[in-house]
Amino acid sequence: MHAFTSLFTQLDRTTKTLEKIRFLVRYFEQSAPEDAAWTVFFLTGKKIPRVVNTRLLREAVAEVADVPLWLVEECYDVVGDLAETVALLHPETTAHSSLPLHRMIQEELKPLRGLEDEEKKARLKVGWSTLSREERFVWNKLITGGFRVGVSRGIVARALAQTAGVEPAVMAHRLMGDWDPSERWWKQLLQGEGEAEPGKPYPFYLASPLEEGPEPLGAISGWQLEWKWDGIRAQVIKRQGTVMIWSRGEDVITDRFPEVVEALQALPDGTVLDGELLGWKQDRPLPFLDLQRRIGRKKVGKTLLADVPVILMAYDVLEAGGGELRSLPLEERRTHLENVVTGVGSPNIIMSEPVQAAGWDEAASLREQSRARGVEGLMLKRLGSPYLDGRKRGDWWKWKVDPFEVDAVLTYAQKGHGRRAGLFTDYTFGCWKDGELVTFAKAYSGLTDAEIQQVDRFVKANTLDRFGPVRQVKPELVFQLACEGIQKSSRHKSGIAVRFPRIARWRKDKKPEDADRLEDLLRWIP
Amino acid sequence: MLVTETPKGLYCPAGNFYIDPWQGVDRALVTHGHADHARWGSKRILTSESGRELVRARVGADPIIDTMAWGETRSIHGVRVSFHPAGHILGSAQIRLEVKGEVTVVSGDYNTRPDPTCEAFEPVRCHGFITESTFGLPIYRWPDSQQVFSEINDWWRSCQEAGKTAVIYAYALGKAQRILGGVNAAIGPILAHGAVYNFLQPYRDQGIALPLVEKATVEHAKATKGRALLVAPPSAQGTPWLKKFQPVSHAFASGWMTVRGGRRRRAMDRGFVLSDHADWPGLLMAIEATGAQEVGVTHGNGAPLARWLKDHGKQARVLQTQFLGEGAEETEPGGDD
Ligand SMILES: [Zn+2]
Ligand SMILES: [Zn+2]
Repeated sequence: MHAFTSLFTQLDRTTKTLEKIRFLVRYFEQSAPEDAAWTVFFLTGKKIPRVVNTRLLREAVAEVADVPLWLVEECYDVVGDLAETVALLHPETTAHSSLPLHRMIQEELKPLRGLEDEEKKARLKVGWSTLSREERFVWNKLITGGFRVGVSRGIVARALAQTAGVEPAVMAHRLMGDWDPSERWWKQLLQGEGEAEPGKPYPFYLASPLEEGPEPLGAISGWQLEWKWDGIRAQVIKRQGTVMIWSRGEDVITDRFPEVVEALQALPDGTVLDGELLGWKQDRPLPFLDLQRRIGRKKVGKTLLADVPVILMAYDVLEAGGGELRSLPLEERRTHLENVVTGVGSPNIIMSEPVQAAGWDEAASLREQSRARGVEGLMLKRLGSPYLDGRKRGDWWKWKVDPFEVDAVLTYAQKGHGRRAGLFTDYTFGCWKDGELVTFAKAYSGLTDAEIQQVDRFVKANTLDRFGPVRQVKPELVFQLACEGIQKSSRHKSGIAVRFPRIARWRKDKKPEDADRLEDLLRWIP
Repeated sequence: MLVTETPKGLYCPAGNFYIDPWQGVDRALVTHGHADHARWGSKRILTSESGRELVRARVGADPIIDTMAWGETRSIHGVRVSFHPAGHILGSAQIRLEVKGEVTVVSGDYNTRPDPTCEAFEPVRCHGFITESTFGLPIYRWPDSQQVFSEINDWWRSCQEAGKTAVIYAYALGKAQRILGGVNAAIGPILAHGAVYNFLQPYRDQGIALPLVEKATVEHAKATKGRALLVAPPSAQGTPWLKKFQPVSHAFASGWMTVRGGRRRRAMDRGFVLSDHADWPGLLMAIEATGAQEVGVTHGNGAPLARWLKDHGKQARVLQTQFLGEGAEETEPGGDD
């Protein structure tokens, strides 16, 4: 626990990638295999099933610190992180723990599961009293999840690649899928055994946004164009008679899409496809919001299945006939893909057909049709390129249509978490309807640190009302929001739902009465 | 209470004077020389002897400044007035007011922990106490300052090993001098930003021991590269002036460094928890020691402290003042934390 906490503190204190990798490599070299395995588990964003709920954490710390619950809440509001709030509120200790990380998890954390609340609280208190403040914070983080130390999966993979002496891409693949942190797993990770695991996905290759026009990419004849579908990125695997669907967040989502799974059963064993799950009706995609209804459900009812039928829009093949194809050029993979998709012959698996354009001008005008077609723009894929991993720039570009822009008024604000904890950074926006502001979007990113501080000061000085942590503010500031789509929605009071709203800029030149009207927004709905 | 809130500031009707007013008035009693307490525009000012020069630096040459020694009493229109150390910065005072046996104390800003660069906090019995609450939550509990200084010394040494200048941001008045007085000057040369440097003489004049400090100029930047400790106000971060000292490691010394997000937001390499305000136990202890039944809470987010005090049988309420608390450090380098 002590070594893991030191690692955490070191990583937290530096912003430099190379330094982080150095700390990680040193830690991996020095720690026991089980501890290293658990460290990778947490740093790649995995969580142990919740053993204690946050209410119990709050109650237990209120009792040890001898403060009322309302005061714990006030502190949480300032700190923005419950694990840290608890660590700070707990009385000072002189203890520190020499118990290794994996034993701490096996012997202290996991057994909490299933105990009575009072017993859990008693054990939490004993646990806290044996730890230093920093260890207490890390320990609480193990319980609440969500390590944010500025260490991405990519950084962990690079450090592990260095430790094992392999290429980062190889390590990224070994880290994919579902695994249990154990000594055995750690050894396989370093030595590269166990890649034949039937459910293991490949790392996704991610496109980079095309900021300028496509001209710098050279002649259009060197590129394959496809529509950019607005669904859920997915990798489907058929091995040893079993179908698995992985999301980009590395969740197994097989159960949610029975009609797709049924179609995929026809795939030969040893096939892996990359594609997009889409709601699909009458030869065109359904809006993303409809598909979202399917994501939330583990069991899909008949009505929903009929309302939002889902297909796989396949655009790449990573494995066929049991052989890996990632290093083949795009055109050759495309031929394999055609064979696979035709072989299945199901309306639930469709191939993403290349879009034909004689030049970039024609491509640009096709891109203008994106909204009408229900897609987000065009994808540009370099002919001859292999299937890479992660966000490597150069071979796949997403050329999205320009977003919708709406001028909206700031109506509510709430404090943020993480790096921006303690500042008002989470905003709610309204537009006008019959002389009143109706809420239609929430957004938090897109402002500079200096602007955030200005807004923070505005919120503090112009609070009209408080609802728990939320402040209603004087409707005065106008922001230009960008969003990817606008859709009718009966679940929202405004009657519309916007997709990916974010702040484009602060319109200091505009007065609240200059903000957009709901009817202006409704006009954009296709 | 012998003071009330008015649009110009805390006012004592019986004595017809203000305490730390935020607009110009005829007669102001000033607790200390921080910008949110010693404001420009008043005609006559009364403050502590040792704080005189610091207040003068804020209010300019025009006002008449009278001073009082610690514990000395003076009558102003029948109000017995005396000044008592607040332990916050050099010359910082709590102001005691007495009329016909009723006593009110206005604390200004205070710190109950030892600080060798100023006079130690002295609890004063009273009926009504006006307290600050900059750090009025139980998450704020200061570590021992000797421990913090040894961490600062260690960090400075590790900066030297890495060939970096150790830049520590601290408020120009009070915190900066406290750091200068607390670090181990044997480790290397010490430089101070002009805003910090200008306040050193008033401290030395009051007999406060400070090490040899050079004003941080371009020449010094070259001569001490990779060895020096540079003390600068937070506003210096990211300026072209600071670039002259590269490569640097950035650290911030403030009570706000208690919370991880506070340090990460400022992109600091290190955060040292060092404050010249009372922490939560300090606030509760000081309030208890006054014996006051009535408490007025100022600065920042005073509501939790007021509620806590009410739950513990006191009459308490938040006073509307313009003393900076929450986020003060971001508004101006002279603000206090
Ligand atoms: Zn002050
Ligand atoms: Zn103050």
